[in-house]
Amino acid sequence: MSVLMFLSAALSVFVTTAIVVILVTESWTFFRQVPLVEFLTGTVWTPVFTDARFGILPLLVATLEVAVFALAIAIPLGTVMAVYLSEYASVRVRETMKPALELLAAVPTVVFGYFALLVLTPLLQKIIPGLASINLLSPSIIIGIMILPYVVSVSEDAMRAVPNGLREGAYALGMARWQVALRVVIPGAFSGITAAYILGMSRAVGETMILAIAGGQNPNLTFDPREGAATITAYIVQMSLGDLPHGSLAYATIFSTGLVLFLITLIFNVAGFYLRNRFREAY
Amino acid sequence: MTVLSPIESASASEATRSAMRAIASAKRTDLFVAGLGLFVMLVSMGLLLVLVGDLMIRGLSRIDYDFLTSFPSRRAANAGILSAWVGTLLVMLVTAFLAIPIGVMAGVYLEEYAPKNLLSNIIEINVANLAGVPSIIYGLLALGFFVYGLDLGKTILVAGMTLALLILPVVIVATREAVRSIPRIVKEGAYGLGADKWQVMWHYIIPAARPGILTGAIVGLSRAIGETAPIITIGALTFIAFLPPAPVSSEFPFINFDWLNEGFTVLPIQMFNWISRPQAAFHENAAATGVVLMALTLSLSGTAIWIRYRLRRNVRN
Repeated sequence: MSVLMFLSAALSVFVTTAIVVILVTESWTFFRQVPLVEFLTGTVWTPVFTDARFGILPLLVATLEVAVFALAIAIPLGTVMAVYLSEYASVRVRETMKPALELLAAVPTVVFGYFALLVLTPLLQKIIPGLASINLLSPSIIIGIMILPYVVSVSEDAMRAVPNGLREGAYALGMARWQVALRVVIPGAFSGITAAYILGMSRAVGETMILAIAGGQNPNLTFDPREGAATITAYIVQMSLGDLPHGSLAYATIFSTGLVLFLITLIFNVAGFYLRNRFREAY
Repeated sequence: MTVLSPIESASASEATRSAMRAIASAKRTDLFVAGLGLFVMLVSMGLLLVLVGDLMIRGLSRIDYDFLTSFPSRRAANAGILSAWVGTLLVMLVTAFLAIPIGVMAGVYLEEYAPKNLLSNIIEINVANLAGVPSIIYGLLALGFFVYGLDLGKTILVAGMTLALLILPVVIVATREAVRSIPRIVKEGAYGLGADKWQVMWHYIIPAARPGILTGAIVGLSRAIGETAPIITIGALTFIAFLPPAPVSSEFPFINFDWLNEGFTVLPIQMFNWISRPQAAFHENAAATGVVLMALTLSLSGTAIWIRYRLRRNVRN
């Protein structure tokens, strides 16, 4: 029985290994035909054209652009909410809001995608001229709201881990609540709050359905969020919807782009977990 | 007792007054910050309520008996979600059957059995890392490994296994936390009565950790129900106008597993398919599917949160 339990636990190591092995071996055909330099620096991504070009930059730029815009929503809102919940809110407010935030985290992403495409975009088109019906702005905002519960919960945990003695010392020196929050709690929880941002970023980078629905499917190297552009995840979904012959170059592209996505999120996750554990050890 | 000169007392009252002013201004700022926090929270919650309300208004009128018992159709008005919800149910059956036992065993092992060595450390880091891997990467893993590597095809079994891997970290973490929160006394009392490690585990630790494990399992399943990306990647069909063979039959041996190897569709994929069409009538169907999906995931998560809060109250008392 304990052998079985060990195997269950070891399954996680197997899964990680399998992910790496599958991503590398399946994109092997790809990298044999497309030089790595061209893949990483090319600015045109047209894998199914007769004149096929394989530069991942359009997909990569769109992916990071969405993540940055989503964070531009989630960071200010999330930080203010976390400060409020940890420093101002009464126990009753906190005990009601935290489950409500958890419920928010349970909304399926395909439903968020529906909101982005059919509710938010028409709304934004009335305010912002030149907004295409498929654009990056609207999904970015929705992703920002989607990662909000996560950012709030991780950064609030970090703020609550700041020992009360530090707060009381600051109050004894005559600081007001906002000064304590700004000058004692936030600096004290800084690594944990940064971890929340980074882990939120990682989620935004890996978000798929919202972008596949509302973000567009044309690789488009642009910095204008009013236009649509395919992200790495949206590209993988789009290709998977068609019938990909196993072993073809098009089939290999979803693994090579997937490998890039995996590496980006891996870097963010490792950095996030490192920072998150640091604040746990500090106090 | 010293007597203040008029000049000194004037400056003292001046100092008091400026201190009062500083306190008043700090209180104003506090009020502003608290108000801002509450405002931001209410706005983001309110926005979500508006969105959900909009979904309900568009979708609720579309949900009736026919919608739930019809197959998808090219005509929006005739289309239904029968194959989608049956598919979701069957996939979840496989996922729960795999993820819960494996996750609980792994969690108990890591918390109670694992020796403190490099291997245990590697396993722990892996679990933490897997929780952050985007779901679409699991889809690629399933496509390369299950569908083509093991040649299992694009079946209910493969979808169930993929989602099981996806929610495994959730179940493992919940189990570990539940096991960790059991007081040592319970364990030591059982050992003192002569129970061996296995008996302690089976008769004391698992029962005491059950609510926590249940919460983790429910949260995991509610996440799996809404997952779309990995299932699209393994190539689930969007147009399915048949049902897999029923798992239970009236003839011997009463249970069959043929359904595991059938093609399928699930609710989120059906919704995605309808959103992607240009006609507004299909968007209405999508909204209706969204309402069903939200009802499922929110009621599951609501149950999980309720169990957790009841649990917390019990611990306090």
